[in-house]
Amino acid sequence: MDGKLQVKICTGTLCYVMGGAELQLIDEHIPQELLPFIEVSGAPCLDVCEKKAGSAPFAKVGDKLISQASINQIVAAIRDELKVSAL
Amino acid sequence: MAVNNAVLIHRELISRITKLFSDGELELKVDRIPLEMRPRHGESSRCCIYKDRAMLRYKIMALLGFDIREEDDELTPLSHYVQKAWERTKIASEPLTVVDDVCSACVRTNYVVTNMCRGCMARPCMLNCPKDAIGFDAGQAHISHEKCVNCGICQKSCPFHAIVYVPVPCEESCPVGAISKREDGTEKIDYDKCIYCGRCVTSCPFGAVMEKSHIMDVFNAFRCGKKTVAMVAPAIAGQFKAPLGAIMGALKELGFDHIMEVAKGADMTTANEAKEFIHKMEEGQPFMTTSCCPSYTTAVKKHIPELLPFVSDTLTPMQYTARLAREMYPDAVVVFIGPCLAKRHETYCDPNADLMLSFAEVGSMFVAKGIDVAKSSHIEPDPTIHATSRGYPVTSGVMTAVKTKVADRVEVVPMLIDGLDKAKIRELKALPKTCKANMIEVMACPGGCVSGCSVIANPKVAGRQVGEVVKMTADRTL
Repeated sequence: MDGKLQVKICTGTLCYVMGGAELQLIDEHIPQELLPFIEVSGAPCLDVCEKKAGSAPFAKVGDKLISQASINQIVAAIRDELKVSAL
Repeated sequence: MAVNNAVLIHRELISRITKLFSDGELELKVDRIPLEMRPRHGESSRCCIYKDRAMLRYKIMALLGFDIREEDDELTPLSHYVQKAWERTKIASEPLTVVDDVCSACVRTNYVVTNMCRGCMARPCMLNCPKDAIGFDAGQAHISHEKCVNCGICQKSCPFHAIVYVPVPCEESCPVGAISKREDGTEKIDYDKCIYCGRCVTSCPFGAVMEKSHIMDVFNAFRCGKKTVAMVAPAIAGQFKAPLGAIMGALKELGFDHIMEVAKGADMTTANEAKEFIHKMEEGQPFMTTSCCPSYTTAVKKHIPELLPFVSDTLTPMQYTARLAREMYPDAVVVFIGPCLAKRHETYCDPNADLMLSFAEVGSMFVAKGIDVAKSSHIEPDPTIHATSRGYPVTSGVMTAVKTKVADRVEVVPMLIDGLDKAKIRELKALPKTCKANMIEVMACPGGCVSGCSVIANPKVAGRQVGEVVKMTADRTL
């Protein structure tokens, strides 16, 4: 996947209803300078809600799972991950 | 509705009630819901878990379809209300109820003296108050809420800017002044004024203004093995990250026997409204407004009677679809699935529609049942429905549909009123004198039905999705 950091937003119904619908606007909130390094996509249910690994909505930045995700948290996680991979 | 914790708690409650119902344990366990959501030694959002639990209990009462003020004994368990709901044959005529113990969190008067008050010698606040409402105690001004009339003169006169204006969100957001405090500080809705726009519902940071839900009445239909019809508003196409066909399939999974698209009724609204428009223009009427937003038409009836002759008499898409549903399935319970409180009230007034579920309610039910909409089996959307009918829920959609139908028989001079607030209502009052357009579309919510008070998706995202469905339908019919 040309080495870009994968950002996956769960669009499963549970996440969507429990606040995830707002995360669809994330494209408008990611700083310009980060855009070339990431690829944002909607993901069908990430299957974490069943395992009670936190609470919805979920998102994944690289391998990092974010529970009760907000746009700010996702952007912060992107910054974190990009810094780590740059080292 | 923008997402916040009050909204999410509301959805969690619906989801928990649905789950208990599906497991056959509702009466047994409904009283446990507040305890499970606010367990001992856990966190509370108000003073303590006990107040939180009491508020959750009242919210559950509203979700069971009751007016919270109907409670005459605080020891009545929720299970009793569940039983009462099963016995109910009629839904409440007025759709709102207020969890009014929460109202104590709001200010009694909008002007509050902060501790920036220096207790100055001049005391212009006290001297200028026309109602003698300001007194001093230990060198600090205070406002008596019995006397204050919210004129704001004290705030303007304070040289230290120590007096602030604190809004009461529900009152502030109501475009028609229909919600105000009783003597005891609780909020009362005046149904002679209310236009069911739902602003109070979305604006209360405690989620205290609630719709009396019909979920129990829908469950009851399922429980008694009655046939059910779900009529889905076209705005639903933007509510989930899934194609329209899958959303309709998910509704079937929820337990509905038949699914009908309200866009079918929109076909009729378009045709009849176009006909009516041409006729009225030929008769010399200066302009006509659309009629499909029930919050707007209620506003006209209750607040802008001078506009009444100009409102289209054509039925709304929901009303046409309900008529069809009744004809096709005379013994079934007809449930409208829509975006807002105004449509809930319209459902109540329509003899052909029985119950209403909001998008948020339906979504929370999907969650409870573990239904992932995108994975549901598709029901093919009705191919005979016109593309413009699927565009109704976004501002200018109705106009586009009717205008296309009118074609060049009469020149259409369009005007859009996108969202009702106090200023827009004043503007509408002046319309009979000032109007230069001849066709006016009015939507109570800015952006259209996708911004209704009970939606799930962000209106921008939902609008985009609805647009895609319109385009797809148009491409197919070309």
